[in-house]
Amino acid sequence: MSSLTESFSKAVKPITEGVFAIGIGLFVGALLMLVWGFDPLRAYLELFRGAFFGKFQMATTLSYATPYILTGITFAIGQRAGLFNIGGEGQVYMGAIAAVAAGTYALPTSVHLLVTVIFSMLAGAAWALPPAVLKVTRGVHEVVSTVMLNWTCVFLCRYLAMGPLVDPNSAEKTISVLPSSRFPILLSGSELTAAIFASVVFAVVVYIILWHTAIGYEIRAVGLNPDAARYGGISPLRSTILAFMLGGFAAGLAGASQVIGRPPTWAIYGTLANITNLGFDGIAVALIGRNHPLGAIIAAIFFGGLYTGSRYMQMYARVPVEIVRALHGIIILAVAIPGLLDIIKKWWEKRRGK
Amino acid sequence: MIEEIVAVTLHAMVPLALTAIGEAFNEKAGVVNIGLEGILLLSSFMAVLGAEASKSWVVGILVALLTGALIGLSHGIISVYGKGDQTVSGIGINLFALGFVAYGIWVAWGTPGHHMASPAIVVPRLLTPIGPISWMVFVTIIMAFLVHFLLHKTVIGLRVKAVGENPEAADVAGVEVELVRLLACVFGATLAGLAGAFMSLDQMAMTTKELPAGRGFIALACVAFSGLEPLLALGAATLFGFFGALGLWINIIPYFKPWLKYGAYEFVHMIPYLTTLAVVSIAVGKRRFPKASGVPYRRE
Repeated sequence: MSSLTESFSKAVKPITEGVFAIGIGLFVGALLMLVWGFDPLRAYLELFRGAFFGKFQMATTLSYATPYILTGITFAIGQRAGLFNIGGEGQVYMGAIAAVAAGTYALPTSVHLLVTVIFSMLAGAAWALPPAVLKVTRGVHEVVSTVMLNWTCVFLCRYLAMGPLVDPNSAEKTISVLPSSRFPILLSGSELTAAIFASVVFAVVVYIILWHTAIGYEIRAVGLNPDAARYGGISPLRSTILAFMLGGFAAGLAGASQVIGRPPTWAIYGTLANITNLGFDGIAVALIGRNHPLGAIIAAIFFGGLYTGSRYMQMYARVPVEIVRALHGIIILAVAIPGLLDIIKKWWEKRRGK
Repeated sequence: MIEEIVAVTLHAMVPLALTAIGEAFNEKAGVVNIGLEGILLLSSFMAVLGAEASKSWVVGILVALLTGALIGLSHGIISVYGKGDQTVSGIGINLFALGFVAYGIWVAWGTPGHHMASPAIVVPRLLTPIGPISWMVFVTIIMAFLVHFLLHKTVIGLRVKAVGENPEAADVAGVEVELVRLLACVFGATLAGLAGAFMSLDQMAMTTKELPAGRGFIALACVAFSGLEPLLALGAATLFGFFGALGLWINIIPYFKPWLKYGAYEFVHMIPYLTTLAVVSIAVGKRRFPKASGVPYRRE
């Protein structure tokens, strides 16, 4: 009986800790709103109403969850392999650019979508390869190498989006991809497309790879204890490269989902506005989802809702949407402390004891 | 021409060097802070906010120092006393800054993403034979030597190195491991705060939602390159500052003009990032870092 309650509380703990971290984030966010003279209750009410109440609101939330699931997985796989891969941002850009390139190329209708998806995933993985190789051959820390490549990618994609791939009729965006390469729209009038299924399937596949194959076992073993893994005959070199590649596939697909999976533009803006920050938001998704691909799905729906609702919040409560990203930061800071709840509980009991 | 490159290089060096010297100091004590980018961003914004409110750049710099110190304190409490994951905490700082500054610029000035600092609050420069130079250049160079002296010639430095290298032994010898680490972290972040103020009140005379543009991470590259030696960090910052200056320099040379007409300028922008990556890949090799770097200390 006690072992049952124990395993139950063990299963519930990550959820309560995640909810607690989110609570801290919302609380600090409310303080930031108060400082600048906004009404936090009104703002949060508009935010959650805009995110979850209504068919279209829910569809928009899921449409933003689509890339978040994938960029969350990019970071989560890295963490499972003992890496801090914050290069998801650049890999998303590459995936999106590749989707525009392949999606505007006339191919047979039957294979166009599939080819575009695969091409985007390969592009994302290609951009993840240099940090992986530099890590295993030169010992360059992935935090530095991925950020340098993120910034390089910003300028490369701005060049491509405003140069070779620009729409001759509308200079502020790239050419829109052909209808044959697009994911079908699930709810007409909303931004939700079948790309969400690709996201979820990818998450399940990653879960199976990580927990039910030898390769996944190697990746996790190296992440838990590289020395012990090496002693057990597992090469950290192989698992590092594999983790980066899988992460690159996920981020590349996330980039593609913003182009071939999002009406009405089916393109990238020259400012890259519709593909920026997805990689960084994925870090929050992964951490709240406990670096688990299935946890990432739940967390992504929450963060997708936060993003969707923030636009309503700006419209009706006049609070700028950017506050949501500040919330992400606070939530991550709260997640950084292991067992924060236990520490607070202990402190509270000690105080009450006295 | 040469004078221009020297001046631009020196000014590009300052934020990288100050940030890297501070980070080298707290890494010596065993605390890694990858939230430097966020500290630069937050303090550059707070500096302009403070300076405009008081109409004085001195107050702006003080506000930036305080901002850096506060972030350092939070990171220190999370990673030293909370035994938290330092990398996760650092990324939290970066994301928080990204959102907070974009939000702050909007509510303070009603502009999306950027605000020019009025000339009245820009830090005055010194007139030198090679043109107007910020006095912060000299502060930075002095700071590198000062921190070098502090680390290698004083009891404080000995303690800082002890808690980073062997916290158990330091604890047995009566050093308060956690306090030393916390203070080192605050000191490092305060220097990053100064660097942020320099960028917004001096070098660029504005605040934007992505002002540091990766400089916090280039500073981390300087730290890796330096093997945690402040003087080598200064050298690395000068080198990377020069790469940053190169882009600006190419931009003003008539010879390159025809190529820059379309698109090529985006490639010029990539130079600092790609050269940083190249230099780190070639030179980083196998530097030795403190044994307990990034590991929280738990008394058994």
